[in-house]
Amino acid sequence: MTAPTEHGVSVSVKNLRKSFGREPVLKGLSFEVERGEIFVVMGPSGCGKTVLLKHMIGLETPDEGEILIDGESIQTAEVMDKYRMAMVFQSGALLNSLTVGENVGLYLSEHRLKPPDEISRVVREKLELVGLKGQEDRYPSDLSGGMKKRVAIARALVIEPQLILYDEPTSELDPLMAVVIGEEIFELNRRIQVTSVVVSHDRDLAFGVADRLAIMSEGEILMVGTPDEVRKSSNPTIHDFLNADFKETRTRERKPA
Amino acid sequence: MFQNIGELLVLFWRTLRSLSMAWRHRQKVFDQLFEIGNASLLMACILSLFIGGVIALQTGPVLAERGLSSAIGGLVGISVCKELAPVMMSILIAGRIGSAMAAEIGSMRVYQEIDALRTMNINPIHYLVLPRLVAISSALPVLVVFAVLVGWMGGATVSVFNDDINVSFQAFFSNLREIVDLGDVVNGLFKSFVFAVIIGIVSCHQGLQTIGGPRGIGRSVTKAVVNSIVLILILDYFLTRFLMYFD
Repeated sequence: MTAPTEHGVSVSVKNLRKSFGREPVLKGLSFEVERGEIFVVMGPSGCGKTVLLKHMIGLETPDEGEILIDGESIQTAEVMDKYRMAMVFQSGALLNSLTVGENVGLYLSEHRLKPPDEISRVVREKLELVGLKGQEDRYPSDLSGGMKKRVAIARALVIEPQLILYDEPTSELDPLMAVVIGEEIFELNRRIQVTSVVVSHDRDLAFGVADRLAIMSEGEILMVGTPDEVRKSSNPTIHDFLNADFKETRTRERKPA
Repeated sequence: MFQNIGELLVLFWRTLRSLSMAWRHRQKVFDQLFEIGNASLLMACILSLFIGGVIALQTGPVLAERGLSSAIGGLVGISVCKELAPVMMSILIAGRIGSAMAAEIGSMRVYQEIDALRTMNINPIHYLVLPRLVAISSALPVLVVFAVLVGWMGGATVSVFNDDINVSFQAFFSNLREIVDLGDVVNGLFKSFVFAVIIGIVSCHQGLQTIGGPRGIGRSVTKAVVNSIVLILILDYFLTRFLMYFD
């Protein structure tokens, strides 16, 4: 069964808890993501952002709490099958033994949703959409980090997702490529009204694309709000995270060239 | 250990249940078959040529001393087809193909490719385990057929050209035909089929269980090969005992 809606879905995370061994990673997270918005979860490395994302797509099961998509719990396989969800992994997670074209068309070919000619057409179209026209026959090992990420986005788009999850989409990228990927996320959201959840510690990306932001620290959500509300927060942890910078003195003490 | 055995059985059962999808994944099965055949056929033939030869070399002079050199065809024939070819080929395949399976699936696990499959609603058992299991369990018995034939040739060659044995080709194969029947060959093929299933399931299981980086992959590969060989050798005894009831 496939969801009848063309556009994004709403997501509701309720009291999500997860521990690995004795170490609690998620400590009762609750927040709502509205239909069609770009929701960014920002926080320092190791605070549990990726684990949260894995719960949202069903790769992890929570110890407690639940995640609802359009009001339905994703704990059941039927609901997971009903909604089209995609995830863009931090590393891209492209299948290295397949070409770029095969990677992008994998969902369609494995589920036999379209004939091979049609799959090739869709693959070309999605690759063009992310600026990788004519790269179908290359292997992931031949691509740069930024290209891999864009292939991963193209692969996610083939699913025609209602919810798309991005795990650190700009990590390991140079600033120019990070901007390109950020623009891509923004454009896609506006073009197909997909609900997007972006997990990142990249402040520029977060404030550049977010409709709303959640700030996460040590497995807890400190605040949810619009970029302006987050910027004005008086919470010292949020303030420190948003304003962390090299000390001026460090710059002055550099050796002369 | 019991947890591992339990997981192996669960993986085997899940793969078995998805067997009806094998035709759908036939291209992957053919790819794997090519991989196995291409990587192992020559090696299998060389190995079995020398196994047959060494059996003849070890036993031929002893038989000849007692005037039993005419029995060498049957001895080499039975030992190669019922025991040595299935076991040695299985060990070879565990080393060459089992290790490759564990490494490939292990690296896919470590680099989140399996997670990516799951997010696309693609079952890793259907996509990765099923084609490998079908391919290895079809390919190993075929390799054993080659190994048996070449092993017999190796035994015959040594028996003919070794002065201490000095048996003609005709005498060797006449005795072999007298002693070895089709049931003996099927017996060996059945063993190799069971061993192939063990190699496939153990290697895929180790791959899917991989954690950590390159070191984790290395650990999985070692475990896959060692566990497969240990299980093959233990099970070989019980299978032999079981198959004796049908002799």
